[in-house]
Amino acid sequence: MSFLRGVSSESEPWSVSELTGYIRELFAIDFRLQDVEVEGEISNFTQARSGHLYFTLKDANSQLKCVMWRSGAERLRLLPQDGDAVIVHGRISIYEAGGIYQLYADTLQPAGRGDLALAFERLKQQLADEGLFAETHKKPIPQFPRKIGIVTSADAAALRDILNVLARRWPLVEVLIAPTLVQGNDAPPQIVRALQWLDGRDDIDTLIIARGGGSLEDLWAFNDERVVRAVFAAQHPVISGVGHEVDFTITDFVADLRAPTPSAAAELATPDIAEIRPLVTALQNELVVVMTDELAAKRSEVQTLLRHLGHLSPRSRLDSHRQRLDMLHGRFLQTMTRKLEREQNRLALLQAQLAAVGPLATLARGYAIVRDENGRIVRRADQVTGGDELTVQVQDGQFAVTVQQS
Amino acid sequence: MSVDIAELSFEAALQELETVVAQLESGNLTLEASLTLFERGQKLAERCNLQLEQAGLRVEQLTADGEIVQR
Repeated sequence: MSFLRGVSSESEPWSVSELTGYIRELFAIDFRLQDVEVEGEISNFTQARSGHLYFTLKDANSQLKCVMWRSGAERLRLLPQDGDAVIVHGRISIYEAGGIYQLYADTLQPAGRGDLALAFERLKQQLADEGLFAETHKKPIPQFPRKIGIVTSADAAALRDILNVLARRWPLVEVLIAPTLVQGNDAPPQIVRALQWLDGRDDIDTLIIARGGGSLEDLWAFNDERVVRAVFAAQHPVISGVGHEVDFTITDFVADLRAPTPSAAAELATPDIAEIRPLVTALQNELVVVMTDELAAKRSEVQTLLRHLGHLSPRSRLDSHRQRLDMLHGRFLQTMTRKLEREQNRLALLQAQLAAVGPLATLARGYAIVRDENGRIVRRADQVTGGDELTVQVQDGQFAVTVQQS
Repeated sequence: MSVDIAELSFEAALQELETVVAQLESGNLTLEASLTLFERGQKLAERCNLQLEQAGLRVEQLTADGEIVQR
């Protein structure tokens, strides 16, 4: 319409809106301005509450106002900063209310180095500054895991590799897989959810986050800040096995242990049964050896004690006492016999002496002893009267007499 | 010592076996205590070996419905 009006009524003044609309349509019909890529340095960068980005692109001589709607901004891996050299793609149009022409950007990427590399370096640096990679945060990996939680794609070779290694090295372990996308825009939140779900279980003791090899873009989910922070926040130790040996992701830096590949992650998560079997056997042998030694030592201890006991036994003391008793008894008998003989001799001698001086000897010489009825010896004649019964003792016996007359 | 050996994890059984051997090696035990320990150690070693021989990787997977299924 504006073109027609412009042609038909030259004399009438334009309204501002008419003129601005006319210029906008001039821009709109120039196809080159609808699909333009421009390189410059960012300045006056701001992100509005709405999520839209506003900035100015400039070079040494000129400036270009730029806007990027939220839909475009959300797809950026990395928000630009003032001073960044960037290449912006979009279309040129008029912001009629402000009376300015500007670039409506749909994509933005760093000039020079790839934007992925730059994003990687920037996030890595930022998280390193926060201390997320510090050794002090690294949790030890259990030597004998009982249940390993695996975050990876369910049908990929990486998972098969991991399961093969686990089955070979440590078939005692249990495995719980939380399958996720591992690339694309939906991958990071899925990975975070899977990781948090596994980490929240108390039967899990090690986590593996893995993905097979791929391009830097393919592995990008593992450089996503949400994923990296989820790995950092995990209560259980996390082993990362992303890509091939040469691939490093930020997840690798934040993980408690970085494995070069998914298979290697499985190896680092488990002991090797081929090394543990001989260990058990050695312990079992050691047990027998120690016990055998112990028994031998106890046996010899018993032998030693028995010998000591032999020395201390009451039998030997009894024997020696008995011997001493025998000896004393012998000496006693000998002494007593001698003493008896001596007494007997003395008795015989005394008897002989007694006999020599005693009444029996006198009787033998013809004397007699006269006793009255009461056994008293009669010494004088007035001791008796007629009719008394007396006893007369002579050498070989006695006889009774009667007194006829005193 | 009173824990049922059949309930022990491999790691727990192995650790206790190492402890038992070390205790036996230290001496200082009554013969009865040594024999009890020895028997316990034998059972622990058997428990370890049994687990090593019988083990087969058990794999479970979370489904989209939030269920855990054997794989």
